[in-house]
Amino acid sequence: MTNSINEIIGAKAILAIGTNTTQAHPIIALQVKKAARNGAKLIVANPKEIDLCRHATLFLQHRPGTDVALLMGMIRVIVDQGLADTTFIKERCDNYDEFVASLSEFDLARVEQITSVPAALIKKAALMYAENSPASILYCMGITQHSHGTDNVFAISNLALVTGNIGKPSTGVNPLRGQNNVQGSCDMGALPNVYPGYQKVDDPKAMEKFETAWQKKLSPVPGLTHTAIFDKIYDGTVRSLYLVGENPVISDANSSHAVAALEKLPFLVVQDIFMTETAQMADVVLPAATFAEKDGTFTNTERRIQRVRQAIAPKGQARPDWQIVCDIAKRMKSQGFDYANPQEIMTEITSVTPSYAGITYDRLEQGGIQWPCPTKDHSGTPILHAAEKGLFATASGRAKLMPLSFRESAELPDDAYPLLLTTDRSLFHYHTGSMTRRVDGLNQLDSEEQLNINPKDAKRLGIADKEMVNISSRRGQVSAKARVSRICPPGIVSMTFHFAESPTNVLTSGALDPVAKIPETKVCAVRVGKQ
Amino acid sequence: MNNVNITIDGLAITARSGMTVLQAALANGLYIPNLCNHPDLAPAGLCRVCVVKVDNKKIAISCKLPVQDGMAISTEDPEVMQIRKSSVELLVAYHPLTCLTCEKDNDCELQRVAHYVGVTQEGMKRYRRSVRTIPKDTSNPFFDIDHSKCIMCGICIRTCDELQNINAIDYAQRGVSCIVATLGNKPIAQSRCESCGECVVRCPVGALAVKTAQAPMREVSSICTYCGVGCGLFLGVRGDRIVSVRGDRNNPVNKGSLCVKGRFGYDFVNHPDRLKTPWVKKDGKLVEASWDEALDLIADNFSKSKGDGFATLASARMTNEDNYLLQKFTRSVMETNTIDHCARL
Amino acid sequence: MTFTQLQEDARQEWNALRNDNNPQIMIGTATCGRSAGAMAVVKAFEQELEQKGITAHITEVGCIGPCYAEPLVNIAKPGKPTISYRNVTPSMVTEITDAYLVGEDPLAHYTLGTFGDGKIEGVSRVLDTPSFKPQERRVFRNCGVIDPTNINHYIANQGYEGLNKALTMTQEEVVDIMKRSGLRGRGGGGFPAGRKWEAGLKAKGTPKYVVCNADEGDPGAFMDRAVIEGDPHSVIEGMIIAGYTIGSQTGYIYVRAEYPLAIKRLEMAIAQAHEKGLLGKNILGTDFCFDINIFPGAGAFVCGESTALTLSIEGKRGMPRVAPRPRTTEIGLYDKPTLLNNVKTFASAPMIIVKGAEWFASVGTEKSTGTAIFALTGKVNNCGLIEVPMGITLRQIIYDIGGGVSDGGEFKAVQTGGPSGGCLPESLLDTPIDYDSLDEAGSIMGSGGMVVLDEKTCMVDVARYFLDFTEIESCGQCVPCRLGTKQLLEILKDICKGRGKEGDHELLYELSHSVHGGSVCGLGQTAANPVLTTLRYFKSEYDAHIYDKCCPAKVCKSLISYVILEDKCKGCTLCAKSCPVNAISGEKKQVHVIDQSLCVQCGVCMEKCPNKFSAVDCVSPRVKTEVS
Repeated sequence: MTNSINEIIGAKAILAIGTNTTQAHPIIALQVKKAARNGAKLIVANPKEIDLCRHATLFLQHRPGTDVALLMGMIRVIVDQGLADTTFIKERCDNYDEFVASLSEFDLARVEQITSVPAALIKKAALMYAENSPASILYCMGITQHSHGTDNVFAISNLALVTGNIGKPSTGVNPLRGQNNVQGSCDMGALPNVYPGYQKVDDPKAMEKFETAWQKKLSPVPGLTHTAIFDKIYDGTVRSLYLVGENPVISDANSSHAVAALEKLPFLVVQDIFMTETAQMADVVLPAATFAEKDGTFTNTERRIQRVRQAIAPKGQARPDWQIVCDIAKRMKSQGFDYANPQEIMTEITSVTPSYAGITYDRLEQGGIQWPCPTKDHSGTPILHAAEKGLFATASGRAKLMPLSFRESAELPDDAYPLLLTTDRSLFHYHTGSMTRRVDGLNQLDSEEQLNINPKDAKRLGIADKEMVNISSRRGQVSAKARVSRICPPGIVSMTFHFAESPTNVLTSGALDPVAKIPETKVCAVRVGKQ
Repeated sequence: MNNVNITIDGLAITARSGMTVLQAALANGLYIPNLCNHPDLAPAGLCRVCVVKVDNKKIAISCKLPVQDGMAISTEDPEVMQIRKSSVELLVAYHPLTCLTCEKDNDCELQRVAHYVGVTQEGMKRYRRSVRTIPKDTSNPFFDIDHSKCIMCGICIRTCDELQNINAIDYAQRGVSCIVATLGNKPIAQSRCESCGECVVRCPVGALAVKTAQAPMREVSSICTYCGVGCGLFLGVRGDRIVSVRGDRNNPVNKGSLCVKGRFGYDFVNHPDRLKTPWVKKDGKLVEASWDEALDLIADNFSKSKGDGFATLASARMTNEDNYLLQKFTRSVMETNTIDHCARL
Repeated sequence: MTFTQLQEDARQEWNALRNDNNPQIMIGTATCGRSAGAMAVVKAFEQELEQKGITAHITEVGCIGPCYAEPLVNIAKPGKPTISYRNVTPSMVTEITDAYLVGEDPLAHYTLGTFGDGKIEGVSRVLDTPSFKPQERRVFRNCGVIDPTNINHYIANQGYEGLNKALTMTQEEVVDIMKRSGLRGRGGGGFPAGRKWEAGLKAKGTPKYVVCNADEGDPGAFMDRAVIEGDPHSVIEGMIIAGYTIGSQTGYIYVRAEYPLAIKRLEMAIAQAHEKGLLGKNILGTDFCFDINIFPGAGAFVCGESTALTLSIEGKRGMPRVAPRPRTTEIGLYDKPTLLNNVKTFASAPMIIVKGAEWFASVGTEKSTGTAIFALTGKVNNCGLIEVPMGITLRQIIYDIGGGVSDGGEFKAVQTGGPSGGCLPESLLDTPIDYDSLDEAGSIMGSGGMVVLDEKTCMVDVARYFLDFTEIESCGQCVPCRLGTKQLLEILKDICKGRGKEGDHELLYELSHSVHGGSVCGLGQTAANPVLTTLRYFKSEYDAHIYDKCCPAKVCKSLISYVILEDKCKGCTLCAKSCPVNAISGEKKQVHVIDQSLCVQCGVCMEKCPNKFSAVDCVSPRVKTEVS
């Protein structure tokens, strides 16, 4: 998030696109609902009529995968009506003319045709966002998990930049991140192309810095991404996989591919807290400690580094992950893995990660700190890009407006697979359910997979509410209970992926975004039939 | 904001203008008994227990009365004492006296207020006692609703409305039959309720109570393990088990609020399915093994696949320190940059 | 069309009816008349006229008040005063037709009296009777006189003249005249209407609303219904004037769904006013636009409270807002400035504009000007709706207008103000009727209920009866009202059952004061009035119940016994035969005995015992049953 969670309440307009906030981020949803109650204009853009719509001023029910058209259409209205923040654009953005030229493709008639949102409504939303300042944009996986997810994100940042809604309180481009420490994992360089603090592995200066710090020769070649790893396992290049706290058998798009790869893999180590579906395929399974059993830090979606504290001893012989890594490294006779506690690790992190340089455990005792925090006396950065000039992560320090054009999703419904499946989450479960499915009460509140299907589609297919149905795509088939409701419009169905009994990701498409390599779990074509 | 000076029972105190008399009193460490007031919520003025006399003339409820410079407040005026005592005695007359087995015993606002206004056994004998006989709503897996203990302060209703904007509950029916109910008075589990438990946390009596509540022996400040919001919480510990979770009101992210997963979804930590030893595959089957055996096997295999033959998938569930070490291990020991994690899922 | 034209047309129609050579038959068919059988009478007249080939106009009119005389039929023959026939049944129609429509015999023994100029031998003038003489018909001016479904009748009788005049005045001038009239809110609170209108005018915020409270919830009160059914346009005109005055374009009438005829009349009247350009866009050719919606209430008593009422219109649960709160004139319906008045307040406004503030204040007292309307019921000879000048005494109402206590009973108390009012004893009968005097005596004006109680009424039981009502109707949000009324009721029930105990008196008193001082809204604050006034004026009855287990009025079944007087019983066996529980034994011509252990105090034996014997007596406290 460029801005902070507690700023949402101050926004005069909020665009919540591709986020089912009340289900996936209930505590952020509290702020959104409160802002709407206090009079902020809330625009919800979502293919499904989600719970947040109850609080919305406007609801744009666009076809999945048409976010670029919707957002660029809105921007065109704003530019055409003279509502663009020209001062901001002039001072802080590049590429405006080229960008404006690319808007010609997005006249409202065409946008209406693409998105199936009435032109008048798009116009109303555009004016509402532009005329009520400060305005904040919230988005989530509904934006990113597409074969053109990067374009979607560019479109969002274009909208914020054109209206000058960046770098000021209660504005911003605010991705709501899914996992508790997904921000921190990225910050820490658990990515194939960057070291901690997003220092590029193919930047010789960065490499030199880490070679010095770690006293080891390092590879200048970026590694493989998540999906590429499975491809390379499948073709035999990767022979050992060290898999920590993940369950790709359930969570990966087109998960049958992941399973097939793992079956071929010579050596798999899984480190987890439960014997997950993936762990059952491993050669070695290592028992890890839970968050309640170890010390450390998490970094949340607003870049706030906060202390996690050990409350109880690890169960049985389970060990904290950092300790296991050290154990393996030491067993391999490697130097540099002698840490007494996570605090010592953090000291090393801060010495090599400029945005974390000011962090100490002592400081965190007083509460979390938002990075960038470059020095010990820096109080953290609630709002990114706040300076008058520069400070965008580009060579010029100015934001680049991105010309875009609309691309359809990789797999659209056709005669064989006439329905569009989009995935979603339940309030009561988390990801693959390895934790929440083991909490009796949560299981009671939401006990099985449901296929949301519109009454029109259900009627046509002769499907009754609560009837078990088969859902199949080109990649596989699962079964689930039908929930006939108007949450999904006709032609669209949705499922979560929390239930191993109905592994939804068997169905989803492995199509990737060319830049971020994110699979397109939000759009694939399926067929639904009676059992 | 301007300060104003008022007196409470002759004691001069300073308050910020815009405060209510009750807020001003509490902020100055002066207790005015109250039941339906909650600092997170707009004042409702329903229990009539915080009644005071203003300038020796007017009876007013302090939770809704804005402070004004020079105001003289009396909390021990005979008329005031009569009204609040009647209100409290009435509540007690219709409340089950099962304090010892009540989960809110010692943490109950009704007990506190009854004690303060001087409810006595003798005084209560004058009343016709009766207790509601509506069966408990036990449909929610995490908390029960006991209407017999409900004092109708409306804090749960206002929490669900003002803070959560869910509106799963409201008043239903009239007079003494008036209850807190879901739409159509269905069991709470069949309502719009999201089981966040915010109402349970705020219930001043035992009407809303966590099912398996156990007072923790100690509490540890930490961060929720579920989504990326990073809510601050306190893990309640008894022996080697997590027995409760409480939102951290001082954490700027959630200011004490928690969702259903954060508040109630901690049992997985104590789950019998937890991995307690390493497992190693032997003859195609996973069997329990010692750490030494597992680490030897790993070290042996990993040593043979350095470089392109190795890949690490890290986890967004782990701490920063865990992730840092894992990428350091991958890059410096395994000599490859192939480390990724589930950020994209 | 200009207003003068409207008025001319209307007068023409009205005068044509008046000066017609054929007789006019006016039948009161408001809800009260209908329940007494008026519709059957209408039908009977129609058939009779047709059969006999008589030309006469039948007009259905509203209620003129005297319920004891319903159904009322007024017959006006050209050149003669109108004769009012009382308690007309279909079987009397032929006789009346033959005698007076065809012939000239007024059938004096069927009449209530005459209205209008002239005299008919043997029939007294209604307005000269003691029952009507003290009355002053202002709000009821048109009720029973005009056809409420015909807007022309209303216009011909100065209707909409007030609106027409108001539209030529400034808003401030209208406020001024309302203030000078001294009119106080007729819903019971008595807040000066002019000041409220002024606050409505001065309130900032748009839109503004005008709301008419027609949620007449007090048991036994039906004056608002009578006004709406008998003269709906007076209410509508008052609301339009109010809308003009405060700058509102939208009005709501919150009317009980239990008043279907009133709703029908309002719907019709609103449609007619629209047709004549008196409602809707550009009223009477001015820039002023106003429209009225009808909102049927769902039947909660508390929705008569103004803030609960506005919430109810919004579709929310009708619960009074908690003070301190802004006045409804500032934050009311949909949190916008709202002028909310009672039916009778709005109905009073047009004549104040037409005839002036001084005319209005010419009757009544200094602080309570104008007239008051009461629903006089209970143990009184002439029950019904009455409109009297403020300041008249309770005694005048009960003995002159009401004709005294019925069935030769002895006056014990009068209960005013509905369930939230109080019971006043004989010693306070000279209390003048106005807001402040009633308040001082411990009762309230309220919506205008007035129940006369005789010596056969138990005052503890009366208090119990009213608490039974308020306890159920409490909205339940605040503790003193929800639980206080419940506890008061439980104690009163116990006292009536002989389970009263030492300390009950004090607890009743304490709780009543706490309920009064601690409740959120008027409903709660006045709920204990029946207890407080009966404790104040009839304490000895409580003592008798609590300490002697005696109900002096012999009402409380648990405290009475029926006994057969040995010296009077002739052994006729009637009592034994009619006893539903076979508690009476005795041979024919032998003295009978009631087995007290079986008796359920139904009183049938006393009823059945022939008057010439009067051998069954009711005693309290109970006779002691001998333990065998």
